Amino acid sequence: MTVTPKAAGRLALLGLLGGIFQLTTVSQVAIFGVPADLSPLLVASVGFLTGSISGAIFGFSLGLFVDTVLMQTLGVNSLVLTAVGYGAGRVRELRDPAHTLAPVIVGAAATAAATVGFSLLQFLLGVDAPVSFSLLRAILMTVVLNTLLALPVYAVCRRVLLPYLPDDPRRRRRRAYTTGGLSPLSRA
Amino acid sequence: MSDKVVRRRRAVLAVLVLFSLFLLTAYFGESSGGSLHSVQRGAMEVFAPIQEGANRALKPFRDLFGWFGDTLDAKDEKERLEAERNALRRQVVDVTLENRQLRQIEGLQEQNTERGLDGYDPVQARVIARSPSSWFQSFQINKGTSDGVRVDQPVVNDAGLVGKVKEVSDGNAVIMLLTDPEFGVSAQALESGEPGSVGPAVGDAGDLRFELVPNAKEVRRGERIVTAGTSTSAEVSELSSLYPRGILIGTVSRIETGEGELDRVIHVEPVADLRSLDLVEVLTQPDANVRAQAP
Repeated sequence: MTVTPKAAGRLALLGLLGGIFQLTTVSQVAIFGVPADLSPLLVASVGFLTGSISGAIFGFSLGLFVDTVLMQTLGVNSLVLTAVGYGAGRVRELRDPAHTLAPVIVGAAATAAATVGFSLLQFLLGVDAPVSFSLLRAILMTVVLNTLLALPVYAVCRRVLLPYLPDDPRRRRRRAYTTGGLSPLSRA
Repeated sequence: MSDKVVRRRRAVLAVLVLFSLFLLTAYFGESSGGSLHSVQRGAMEVFAPIQEGANRALKPFRDLFGWFGDTLDAKDEKERLEAERNALRRQVVDVTLENRQLRQIEGLQEQNTERGLDGYDPVQARVIARSPSSWFQSFQINKGTSDGVRVDQPVVNDAGLVGKVKEVSDGNAVIMLLTDPEFGVSAQALESGEPGSVGPAVGDAGDLRFELVPNAKEVRRGERIVTAGTSTSAEVSELSSLYPRGILIGTVSRIETGEGELDRVIHVEPVADLRSLDLVEVLTQPDANVRAQAP
């Protein structure tokens, strides 16, 4: 996807509103004992829809925003979400999955990578917290919860970015059989 | 895909990662009054009103999601509390049984001390089985010949006389209750001193009769009946009995008067609760030269 200024504006608005919604609402509601984390879902959805470069930039920006607003160590979320956005974009560019549930799998994988990566970085930074059963349980429950939310979040992101997106993957897949073409993201 | 695109993609990723690492390093390296911290504080000041407004505006959503979360948590909590309640119930049952057992042991020890039953070498035993039939007024205990238990030895609990040993094996014994049709013991009314014999009331499994009493009219309702310690019921003789003297059997519950003195029927209610026996004592030396003291 070619990121025009208008598309960039929409992405920024999506990140800002998504981040605020996460911080003011989602983080304060615990289901299964843990709150959902929309950040990796947003980043993965954007990466999956727009490609690895914009996914990585979006992830970096959203991570920086979260770290800044929450007065956390700057760079931790940026680093993790950059990797998540880049990875989700590369999945789209390399595999171009057309299955309806592909965003769910990508969302679950992104959440798992983000939570595990964030925990690893915290340990590397010397945060004194033992690897306990409750930590592993929290990570697992966050992944489960985010998996349930992956499709709605993806739908919202797609709706917001729809005017700037290339063809629908399923239509493109049908065309790829006849033309042998790759994903438009790869051709771009 | 052209090399230019690949290089561009990798360059963007490298720049972002390096910038993140730079931020991490710089943030860790500076004090809390450093520039990055100041930027953070400034950003927080800027976003705080937005967050506050969003926080208020999104409260209904939060409450709605919270309701779902609370409902799920409440279900978990309910299951946890039910499990806890069941565990506590089991604990209460255990403690109640333990308490009951301790009270019985204490009662038996008190009885042994106060009524002089220590000399009869009492052996404590637990009831392990009992006949469900009202025709067979018996139960089984977990002590036998190896513990000194022999046939015909008297059995008491913390209230009074329960019965006697009917059958005995190496580790167990069958006890005949004093309400068994075959049971009989020489007895004495404690207050009036009238001798007699206590046996089961035919047709009434929980009732006893005080019979063969020479002056039955002297016996009053509520009077306590104890073992006589003699072998005859006509009078309190010096012949030894299977049962030591002075063990409480029961109290006179009612007296039926007939046409003559001989028609008088004295009903005795056993003091021992024969339906809920748990711990009993077998007096393994009933012929010891000791006499139980009347209560």
